[in-house]
Amino acid sequence: MTFLQSILFSILLLQLYFVNSNGNDEEFTEELLLKPLPDRKVFAHFHFDTKTPPSKTYGHHHRLFPKAIYQLVQKFRIREMELSFTQGRWNYERWGAFDPMSSSNAKPPGVELWAVFDVSSDQVDANWKNLTQTLSGLFCASINFLESSTAYSAPAWGFRTFSGKLRYGALPREAVCTENLTPWLKLLPCRDKAGLASILDRPSIYKGFYHSQRLRLRSNEFSLDVSAEEPGIVLEQTLTVVLQPQSQDTRSIYSDGRLLHPSWSISSIFGRAVTGRCVLANLSTIFVELESGLVSGLSNLSVDLEAGRLGAYDLGSEGSWSNQGFELSVKPDRVIKEVNSSQGKSFSILYEYSVDKFDDNEPFDLGFIWKLPVAWSCLHSPFHASRFLMGSGNQRGSIAISLRSTGSSGEGFINGGGIVGDVCKVRVDIFQVVPWYVKVYFHTLQVYVDGKPELLKDILEKMHVSPSEDRVSPGVMEMILKFPCSVKSASIVIDFDKGFLHIDEYPPDANQGFDIPSAVISFPDFEPSMNFLDENSSTKSPMLLKLQEKNPVISYTEILLVPLATPDFSMPYNVITITCTVFALYFGSLLNALRRRVGEEERFLKSKAVNQTRLLPRLLAKLRGKQQEPTQSSPSSSSSPLGPKLIIKIILVAGVAIGWHYYTE
Amino acid sequence: MENGIPDSQNPKPKPRPIVRIGIFLISHNVFFSVVCCIGGILALFLLPLMAKNTYISENALMPGSANPMFSRYDAMEANKLVKSVMAMSLKPEETRIQIARLLAQRMEESGAEVYHHKFHEKISQFRPLHFFSDTPYTGSLLQNTSATRGLNTVGIIRAPRGDGKEAIVFVTPYNSTKIELNEALSLGLGYSVFSLLSRVTWLAKDIVWLAADSQYGEYASVAAWLRDYHTPVFDGPESKENPTSGAGNTDVFRRAGTMAAALVIKVVEKHGETEKDTLSIYAEASNGQMPNLDLINTVHYLAVHTQGLRVKVEKVYTLLNLAWLQVMGQILESVSKVARSLNPQWKFGMPAAEYVDGTATLASSLYYQALGVPTGSHGAFRDYQVDAVTLEISPKSFLNNEGRRTEFLLRGGRLMESVVRSVNNLLEKFHQSFFLYLMTSPSKFVSVGVYMIAFLLLLVPLPIAAAALYSSSTKDNQVPAFASTAKPGVLKSWRWLHAAKVVFIIHLWSTIVSLLPSLIDHIPEMTPTNNILIWASSSIFILLILYSMLGSPYSYPTTSGSRNSEWATLKSVMIAVASIGLGLMSIINYATAQIGAILMVPMCLIVHPLRLTGRSGNLKDFLLIACNLVLAVIGFPPAGLLVIKGWSEGVGGLNVGDFWIWAESLWAWNSATYLYVILIHFPCWVLCMHILLHPC
Repeated sequence: MTFLQSILFSILLLQLYFVNSNGNDEEFTEELLLKPLPDRKVFAHFHFDTKTPPSKTYGHHHRLFPKAIYQLVQKFRIREMELSFTQGRWNYERWGAFDPMSSSNAKPPGVELWAVFDVSSDQVDANWKNLTQTLSGLFCASINFLESSTAYSAPAWGFRTFSGKLRYGALPREAVCTENLTPWLKLLPCRDKAGLASILDRPSIYKGFYHSQRLRLRSNEFSLDVSAEEPGIVLEQTLTVVLQPQSQDTRSIYSDGRLLHPSWSISSIFGRAVTGRCVLANLSTIFVELESGLVSGLSNLSVDLEAGRLGAYDLGSEGSWSNQGFELSVKPDRVIKEVNSSQGKSFSILYEYSVDKFDDNEPFDLGFIWKLPVAWSCLHSPFHASRFLMGSGNQRGSIAISLRSTGSSGEGFINGGGIVGDVCKVRVDIFQVVPWYVKVYFHTLQVYVDGKPELLKDILEKMHVSPSEDRVSPGVMEMILKFPCSVKSASIVIDFDKGFLHIDEYPPDANQGFDIPSAVISFPDFEPSMNFLDENSSTKSPMLLKLQEKNPVISYTEILLVPLATPDFSMPYNVITITCTVFALYFGSLLNALRRRVGEEERFLKSKAVNQTRLLPRLLAKLRGKQQEPTQSSPSSSSSPLGPKLIIKIILVAGVAIGWHYYTE
Repeated sequence: MENGIPDSQNPKPKPRPIVRIGIFLISHNVFFSVVCCIGGILALFLLPLMAKNTYISENALMPGSANPMFSRYDAMEANKLVKSVMAMSLKPEETRIQIARLLAQRMEESGAEVYHHKFHEKISQFRPLHFFSDTPYTGSLLQNTSATRGLNTVGIIRAPRGDGKEAIVFVTPYNSTKIELNEALSLGLGYSVFSLLSRVTWLAKDIVWLAADSQYGEYASVAAWLRDYHTPVFDGPESKENPTSGAGNTDVFRRAGTMAAALVIKVVEKHGETEKDTLSIYAEASNGQMPNLDLINTVHYLAVHTQGLRVKVEKVYTLLNLAWLQVMGQILESVSKVARSLNPQWKFGMPAAEYVDGTATLASSLYYQALGVPTGSHGAFRDYQVDAVTLEISPKSFLNNEGRRTEFLLRGGRLMESVVRSVNNLLEKFHQSFFLYLMTSPSKFVSVGVYMIAFLLLLVPLPIAAAALYSSSTKDNQVPAFASTAKPGVLKSWRWLHAAKVVFIIHLWSTIVSLLPSLIDHIPEMTPTNNILIWASSSIFILLILYSMLGSPYSYPTTSGSRNSEWATLKSVMIAVASIGLGLMSIINYATAQIGAILMVPMCLIVHPLRLTGRSGNLKDFLLIACNLVLAVIGFPPAGLLVIKGWSEGVGGLNVGDFWIWAESLWAWNSATYLYVILIHFPCWVLCMHILLHPC
């Protein structure tokens, strides 16, 4: 019996092994990238990747892939979707704009959602509306405001090139809090109980300078050409935070005025250390990146970055690893160097750590201790883009987008910029959505290059405008501009009129103003990517694969706040009272006029004139009614002496009362 | 409807009550006008009694609900900056750039974005119609060399968790060519608050610190920065400097979104030692616009209740010594005591000294609003609908006293931080509290619903008097009109048309007179006295030309018996036009309309041809002539200005050219008061002169 049982058991194990070793299985990887930033802050990027094979081959039941997302894809036939919640602004000048990390992770404040559907064009809107409602419930956010047609738009080619089936919406005013993070973390197999997500201490990450959680979904469930190697649905969840480590009060100033950057460790910035990996994860790694500017700065100080000295303990993998510039408290498992960098001589370095070796007894607390003060600057995009409002008042204004050349990618211009004719030109794509109550006049679009106004036909290559319709759709503007490579600054100005809203269209805090969502400015000529040596582990790491992808440089501009004229919200009450009064007066006078007979008053006066009575008895008679007979003239004459006496009596009584009151007080 | 065919046998039905009231008023219009005018002037003097205590309308402000984080460490940082600024070299050129560089360096250490803003000095041109237009800036800049350009230093703190839609601005002006200790102190105060705000956790809006270079004047520097912020000119020659990469470039103009509120902070040295540190608040902007009362209330509350400062607003000090005002205060006090004893709920009294104080503050508030000239550089913000005030803090001891300086900086810094924290709490811009008000003390105000009564009481007799005069003039002429066989209707309206024509000619002439100074300005090397003489002579010359072309007001085809009432028609049309003008002006700048009504309404109502009153020599007519002459003298704008100046500052030093200087300052600031004086008040005075000297 036992022999039979053991044979069955071994067959079962073999089957499991075969199933597991089959490439067609769900995969979950978790990675964390830490990077020191030039302005004494630390950039932390969590990357959680869940893949599942297509349901045709794999079926509908999943082990790791979240069911909610799977049902979303099935019901709404999503091909690609990205949803991001962001708090804070990404500082392109200090944190980088040209590296693949910032191009994909720098998002506008608030909520941004775009989705591509695999349905016929007339059903896309219905699917979008249902999608927004579902996501709103899933993430405890008010994404359902994107349901109305005034909130989303359908860009043709300005945002991504999916003609007709892409819908884009943004909510700049949405606040992000831990209620949005918790459902997002619940989509992970280990949630935030184990693995890298366990260090997400809420007070620490919400104290930072930038916080963005992003969910990217790609599926080819419904596309016609599905191949077996391609994964069916890929869910990529990233969380990007920029934190400031606590610096000591005594800042040591070196002789040339540079300050030492503050030292940090995982427990000092997150409040917790990593206590092991998520057991369901295929890969659990932590990277520390030194960007190219820092590497060149350190090598100028003749610091050797690849071969570090081991610490005093020198116990293999647990000792510290240091060089002249800085010290890492744990020795890295691998040092990855970027090759064939597009930035010329400088390249970046990644130190890789695998979390497999660490667990509860030996938590992984990586520390980064600076030894030498270094100042470096990050990579800049070819232009710094900023947007602002011009003009003041409640009637009109202008939106201006200003592009300022950074001159940093001078070589890049020649390499990246296309040569048109004999002139080097750099291409800038602008995509801007403006709500309907900001009525933009597209004929007032003006482009100034280096302070001189240019004709649109010289600069503009392609433009797609979808004018706004009141209360139906926003105004969408997509432009491709080509500037000469030697341009120093350019400005694009467009005028608008401020519209009036109905009283019930005002939000509760109407006096703040209304938002114009961020514009998206991309530079398709430049596609920065990092290249690493093709080793076994790097092909498996989704984050490194993402870093090696070529994506165009994207930057988001600021949100604009447009103060609109607000009505007096107490006006409905005033209008009701005035209208009622006017109605009462009108109907009263009309009825009065209709009631009277012609010549009635003259006859009444004639009868009165016969009597020749004085003023006061006439008043008294009117009070008693108009049935005075002409024969009652004698009693009426006797009532006249009563009048003045009555008045004197009243005055006397009033005087006595006032005196009494005064004296008894 | 009810009036049937008027039958001579039947009595006429009485007209409707409203018509009866109208006829009653017109028939008693003299009595009614006197009552209303006196009531209007009395109401103005009763305004300090009717002032309410200020209160914070916007609940989100919550002033003083959090403890300030400004500590001694920050005050010491401020002191360090003051010392390094004062230790700069004394050459004007170098100082300018050195101070700007020092400030920029300190701002960058706090982690802010810094840039320098260069601006040109704007030449003041005669553009009185500019207050009609939206954009206060047009025209070309002078292409000066960079040596004569002002240099502002601007630092922006981006709120860590903010969305960058709104910003709070504070301005510390300093004279870069010759910096004094008090200006260095205000820079130090600004720097310490700025560096504290870069470290706090409660920031929701961006903070902008503008260290304004006031060598061409405070207002010019702030106005230039605001102009480039809101309406930059792209169509101009760019600076030829190479753009350096990234954050190091200090020539890029950066913005921070819409401005929620602005504070202008100045440290001023007062003479002598006082008990407490003092804070003076200046709030008036151009054309009598005021910031939202909540901003002043917040500053006042925080200063008095949390920092123990003494708050002052501007007063007219000469009014404090007037005997009749004190007598009036005592009368009001006793009346209020009697009223309170009658009914304890009638509490409207105040001590006499407080009443006199309140009247002086009210007069100053009214005057500065009426002038239409901003009382500080905060006025530049009002043009862009941003609420702003100027705070002048002065220490209780001398500034040289270093020990006391830290205490002073501590208080000032805490006050600023608390105000910024309150404004930071706001979600919506200031809209809850009043925009139209007059201050009678730092904690008492009179709102528009109350002070309009004084103005309306003065304005109401005007239409009634016009109607009464017109009806009396037509009644006078009805008998001869019936007698003559000519068409009576045409005769009546023709007379009215003649009066209207005269009024129109005078107004046209006054428009020309208002535009003359732009031509006179171009004549170089003229003293104000010469300017005003040229202006007066050219005006009279143009008037004579107009008379010869279009006919003198005294020449009209006469019919028998109609001469007597010709001046009445003229007076009625003039009063009607004056009432329309005053009404329009009250919408633009209430204070100007109020002061103008006090001067103009009695003059218009009392005016009577001298020949008519001179015929009979009783006391009433003598009084009438005296009043007419006095009002005629005061009503003439240059004479009135001289009288007021002489009374307030003493007779010595009066110059005829003072009026030119005053008018020039008005039009340099695009004040609508200039247009009011020349287009409404002056033609009214000229027409009164016509009526006074009417040959009938």
